[in-house]
Amino acid sequence: MADLTTRIAGIKSPNPFWLASAPPTDKEYNVVRAFKAGWGGVVWKTLGEDPPIVNTSSRYGGLSYKGNRVAGFTNIELITDRPLELNLREIKQVKRDWPDRALIVSLMVPCEEEAWKRILRRVEETGADGVELNFGCPHGMSERGMGAAVGQVPDYVEMVTRWCKQHTRMPVIVKLTPNVASILAPARAAVRGGADAVSLINTINSIIAVDLDRMAPIPVVDGKGTHGGYCGPAVKPVALHMVAEIARDPECRNIPIAGIGGIESWRDAAEFMALGAGAVQVCTAAMHYGFRIVGDMIDGLGRWMDGKSYPRLDAFRGKAVPNVTDWQFLNLNYQIVARIDQDLCVKCGLCHIACEDTAHQAIAASRSGGERRYEVVDQECVGCNLCLYVCPVEDCITMVRLDQDKGHLDWTRHPNNPLRKAAE
Amino acid sequence: MTKQGPGVQPDIAAGRLEPEAYRAHFADVHPPLAREAALVEANRCYFCYDAPCIEACPTGIDIPQFIRQIATENLAGSGRTILEANIFGGSCARVCPTEVLCEAACVRVAQEGKPVAIGRLQRYATDPLLEEGRHPFARAPRTGKRVAVVGGGPAGLSCAHRLALLGHDVTVFEARERLGGLNEYGVAEYKVPGHFARNEIDFILGIGGIELSTGKALGRDLELSALRRGFDAVFLGMGLAGVNALDAPGEDLKGVMNAVDYIAELRQAASFAGLPVGRRVVVIGGGNTAIDIAVQTRRLGAEDVTLVYRRGPEAMSATAHEQEFAQINGVKIKHWARPLRLTGSNGHVAEAAFEYTRLVNGKLAGTGESFALPADMVFKAIGQVFVADPLREDASEPLELEDGRIHTDEEGRTSLAGVWAGGDCTARGEDLTVQAVEDGKRAALSIDRALRR
Repeated sequence: MADLTTRIAGIKSPNPFWLASAPPTDKEYNVVRAFKAGWGGVVWKTLGEDPPIVNTSSRYGGLSYKGNRVAGFTNIELITDRPLELNLREIKQVKRDWPDRALIVSLMVPCEEEAWKRILRRVEETGADGVELNFGCPHGMSERGMGAAVGQVPDYVEMVTRWCKQHTRMPVIVKLTPNVASILAPARAAVRGGADAVSLINTINSIIAVDLDRMAPIPVVDGKGTHGGYCGPAVKPVALHMVAEIARDPECRNIPIAGIGGIESWRDAAEFMALGAGAVQVCTAAMHYGFRIVGDMIDGLGRWMDGKSYPRLDAFRGKAVPNVTDWQFLNLNYQIVARIDQDLCVKCGLCHIACEDTAHQAIAASRSGGERRYEVVDQECVGCNLCLYVCPVEDCITMVRLDQDKGHLDWTRHPNNPLRKAAE
Repeated sequence: MTKQGPGVQPDIAAGRLEPEAYRAHFADVHPPLAREAALVEANRCYFCYDAPCIEACPTGIDIPQFIRQIATENLAGSGRTILEANIFGGSCARVCPTEVLCEAACVRVAQEGKPVAIGRLQRYATDPLLEEGRHPFARAPRTGKRVAVVGGGPAGLSCAHRLALLGHDVTVFEARERLGGLNEYGVAEYKVPGHFARNEIDFILGIGGIELSTGKALGRDLELSALRRGFDAVFLGMGLAGVNALDAPGEDLKGVMNAVDYIAELRQAASFAGLPVGRRVVVIGGGNTAIDIAVQTRRLGAEDVTLVYRRGPEAMSATAHEQEFAQINGVKIKHWARPLRLTGSNGHVAEAAFEYTRLVNGKLAGTGESFALPADMVFKAIGQVFVADPLREDASEPLELEDGRIHTDEEGRTSLAGVWAGGDCTARGEDLTVQAVEDGKRAALSIDRALRR
């Protein structure tokens, strides 16, 4: 089986599957259970200064989609609500008992150098492998000038990162908030500040749902609610994009990335890695199913790598990055059209009505002898893929390439572009 | 084994089972879907465009729409979508052979061999409306036109409801004591347990404008000519009053019964434990009535129930699903045999003899070989026939028949001006509740057009 050993920012773990800083990594009991289940590492739930914060009762909200529970998830929980001393003692014990696993400590203290210096010294004494700076938490802490309030201001990100690098020998991972116009500004700031890695995404600012009886956002706390941090499978596309942006940005200088956001399976993890992530962090899926999901993540990733002849994670990490480009460089000569396999077609008509009502009127509906038939009108089909995705039957609709020997023509050279480059 | 011979009493007894067993045997055969299960099932529906299931439903219910309304938890809207097309949506959800109608057409069958459970979802959507009891439709302004409906079964009441909805005043004449037709008297108890059929009819009558006249049979208490004179239009939906004869000696022995009569008795019984049933039962026939009597006698405690049908399983009008249901209820089905004679002692049936059959040049023929089954009861379920006599009052203007039933056109118009017909009594009828409902609805729309002309 392929070697899943992971090394990121100088931190080693037997596999790339870490638990993100969150309720599952709140205390020794859970973390030990996670390690027993096989997780390669954990980021301990964020520590802050004493006295500990207080959490609400009623903390989570779930989004079901057509009977599937927890397609999206939100929380209004804050950082750890346990005393600092207790957490540090447990971290030390766990690291001693599980030396081969990665144990990173998430931190969030006020934006003062002394505060960071103080807590870093204490974490270092535990023997933890590294720290993750929580610049992402979008609720509760940001109103107190921490979390996303720092993460949304690149200068602060750079400043705090630099302090941390000055005051500890531990690797420093900067966790980024997605609640920004461009992820590159805070990512570049972290790089300038000397970060050893970035991890992303933290949760997305959200109201997951409104309780129409109580007329309040979910989760409802005694009649009221507040915005929370959105996560779970639904956020994966947002996370993949942000990871890719950093991975292909020259100014980010190939900074190691821990991918986070809706990862539930080995396949999700492989996608993040293909876009440059060296490790991944998981939370919602574990909260949904328990720690045992890591078994198939390890097994599935290894088997997939074997099938593709990737002996190590490095063999495919970032392999999709060169294929992520800007729209203007896409080949406008590329032309595909839909093909419907009439033997597989179940006559649901969804491709037709989607195309007819909302796209290009390129799938004709007809009847012969009572039998329904749906056929692509090649001249009208622009190859948009809509039918491919609404069709409920796998492989019934495929896209076939029609252009031949037309070469590459992108927008930068297209005749319709007034600012086009001259042909060479 | 009881010895059967001259002088030995037939083994027919009531109360063969513990009281608990009757409750279990005649409870809902398909319990309602719980909310979570209904949502999962509803989400299996693809919301097809030009959905094949709609076309497969005789009443044309907008199935994708009502299922989507279940999925969005707009249950009242869902129920209304169903009842707009089929006011008997509640009983059709229970008695329709969905496996050969909507569910057979579901695209999920082609994809994965398992249709969306449309029938059970239809029940999920209609039950709350019926339980709530508030009628969801309002009548149009009254037209002052009066229509007579003969027969208070699904065809007649569907017609009456639609006419009342459209503003006409309707009088329903029913020969029996209660309305409901086969829903009340003819369907297996476990398909529509308790007073479901009666409650549904109360709900349907909630539209208003429908007057009832029960115990009134055409030819006995009513004349068609008088109805034609007294009303602006007449709808005939009196079903099939006759039963086919066996054409085998011994048919009039005691213990030989029409399946429909026994089912009617069972459906009206105050207590199932009080119904006498034979230890050994033989059922002759291959339709849903044959299945219903066979299974119900088994569930009343009959020890051996054998259903004998003259052709193979694919020729039975009972669906494969129904045949399987009988078999898992312990009914033995023997194909390719026809009755030779029934014999008995002391005037009571004791044995049914059959001759094996086969197809010879496409025609059914006896093989000459035979077998006999001991029987305490024999049920005839070989089809019902239309009794036309009550309509033959006026020889100068006879009602045209076709294959022994009333001839109608697409809209349900008969050969007599101002007379429409629908349901099992017509030649177009498919002997399905849902078809009867559609016939009644379609005729009502045709009557409405005629009356507004």
